Amino acid sequence: MNLLVGLAMGLNLVGLASSRLTSLIQAAAVQGMVLGILPLLLGHGTSWWVVLVAVATVVVKGFVMPSLLRRALRSAHIDREVQPLIPFVPSLLLGAAATVGTVALSRALPLRPEHAHLLLVPGAFATVVSGLLLLMGRAKAIAQVCGYLMLENGIYMFGLLLIGSTPLLVEAGILLDLTVAVFVVGIIVDRIQREFDTLDTRKLTALHE
Amino acid sequence: MIEIALVAVPLLLAAAAAAWPSERTRPWLLPAGGLVHTALVWRLLLGPSPEPVSAWFGFDAVARAVLPMISILFLVCSAYGVAYLRIRRERTNRVFVATLLALLALLSLAVQAQQLSLLWIGAEAATLLTVPLLHFNRTARAIEATWKYLIVGGTGIALSLLGSFCLGYASLHGGGSGDLTFAALASQGPSLSRPWLVAAWVLLLVGYGTKMGLAPMHTWKPDAYGEAPGIVGALLAGGMTTMAFVAVLRVKQVVDAAGAGEMAARTLLALGLFSMVLAALFLLSTRDFKRMLAYSSIEHMGILAVGASLGTAGLSAALFHVWNNGLTKGALFLSAGNIRRAAGARTAETVSGMVWRAPISARAWVVGMFAIAATPPFGPFFSEIRIVRSALETGHGMTVVVFLLCLLIAFLGLTRLMLAIVDGRPRSAARAEDAGGETPGVIIPPLLFLVFSLWLGLAAPAVLRQSWNAAAAFLLPGR
Repeated sequence: MNLLVGLAMGLNLVGLASSRLTSLIQAAAVQGMVLGILPLLLGHGTSWWVVLVAVATVVVKGFVMPSLLRRALRSAHIDREVQPLIPFVPSLLLGAAATVGTVALSRALPLRPEHAHLLLVPGAFATVVSGLLLLMGRAKAIAQVCGYLMLENGIYMFGLLLIGSTPLLVEAGILLDLTVAVFVVGIIVDRIQREFDTLDTRKLTALHE
Repeated sequence: MIEIALVAVPLLLAAAAAAWPSERTRPWLLPAGGLVHTALVWRLLLGPSPEPVSAWFGFDAVARAVLPMISILFLVCSAYGVAYLRIRRERTNRVFVATLLALLALLSLAVQAQQLSLLWIGAEAATLLTVPLLHFNRTARAIEATWKYLIVGGTGIALSLLGSFCLGYASLHGGGSGDLTFAALASQGPSLSRPWLVAAWVLLLVGYGTKMGLAPMHTWKPDAYGEAPGIVGALLAGGMTTMAFVAVLRVKQVVDAAGAGEMAARTLLALGLFSMVLAALFLLSTRDFKRMLAYSSIEHMGILAVGASLGTAGLSAALFHVWNNGLTKGALFLSAGNIRRAAGARTAETVSGMVWRAPISARAWVVGMFAIAATPPFGPFFSEIRIVRSALETGHGMTVVVFLLCLLIAFLGLTRLMLAIVDGRPRSAARAEDAGGETPGVIIPPLLFLVFSLWLGLAAPAVLRQSWNAAAAFLLPGR
């Protein structure tokens, strides 16, 4: 369990270090699949809806979203460099600092005894911070979408703490919303591509004061 | 049952709009939905308090205090929508009409939601639905605004989900059973784990504050309001922000019950004043009259946050201000849309003399400007006076000084740009004969909004006053 959370935290750093869009998408996808397996290991038994959530997560985060992004990448004919606004080494250092910081921070947050040995809280916060770093520190729209996916992964990780005690409807609603979100993002990415002939968000500068 | 119909009827009409064959008659579904919704809401408002449908959902004191405003706003905007879509015949309106109706359904859902996750689902879905509305115009600038809205709004909504989880964990850690209704959370009181509660408040305030457009999370607002059609701007500025404000209030109720109300009020006050200062400064410098409305909206969100931090009297005044802001902004956005179409441009450098080009819209705009800048006898004046009075009563002298100073600066900024656009000689370069002119369909709705604003100022009915006081007493019991 903690091994998988550690793996997900490592994938944060892989994502931050990726210089090519395909490997960034890959990192986000693998992280999504790792997270999909986690609910099965939480020890709430394998009731049908835990399995359902796990399968849906693996399918959506591991296959549907990455393939949508890869398709956008292919149709856009853009070069595959990530083009960082925050260079790779500083973003890696920031990511590592965030990981250490969140482990320290989560000491300050009291946990229930059955969660005390888990790395889920620091893992979740570290992933959220890495996602935000990607969101702010990358120029390409697709890289920003990957950052957003990572942010969602972190939140999902945190949500696992609650999975035994909140009703199914919630998870279903959240998963549905996320799926719709990706479709909407996909359509807008497509529109940006057609209108500006680029997915470099630095070109989006007409609106300012 | 009526409560459910408030969500179901617009949703069904949205589905009908998506399947409707005729481009010409489809927009009429908008006022149909608005009429049914308004009739149902007012029936609920005037009748006795209904039993809650379930612990998760119902027309409670808070919904009673704000939902009728959203309903009126939508109804008047929908009448404008029919005329607007007739002018914009070159665009297919299938997605636009269906999305607007679905937005009404989701706003009704989120405002009536009394459970943390249900509220989040409503807010998230409403955010996503706004996307097709924002890039209705399909220009490069509209797409840029939509992208920024999606990234900033999406991050905000993600953080509010994280905050919801933190609040859920606070409850679980305090021995809760996983019941995330606001009533259950509030009844747990001080047993909610304090560190998690603080984390939850910060994340939820940032998350829903982004939706409201509180500074410094406001960055999507000028772009989105600048590029969206006037009717969408009006519904965002009056409906979406109100929904987010309700979300903040409901979370604050839990934080108050847990005994951390002091901290929550202080952060809300600080964010509110910061929004007001920042908006006032930007109002002095902006040259674009649609972006100006966005900064004015940020300022009024600041006023709401300040009011909500000042105890029961301030909260009741803030709920009054929700009505004044929503309906007066309606007049401004719709008349600004008319002016924009008649002028073919949006900045003070390229637009002037609009009083000749679009006489009625320009005059409605001027009156609306004075109304929103708190000129008596319009509604905003009275709600802002009440907020100032409650600040003085609770000993927030410095707050009053900053508050009034910001209102003054905002007034200067608003009138400066207003005069530059309305007065002077019309630019011949900006002639746009095919803009549709000032038909009654686009003139009457903004005028109606002004009448509402006047009505709220001069003779707000007792049932509304009671609903604001009841909601404030419900959210802050025992103060």
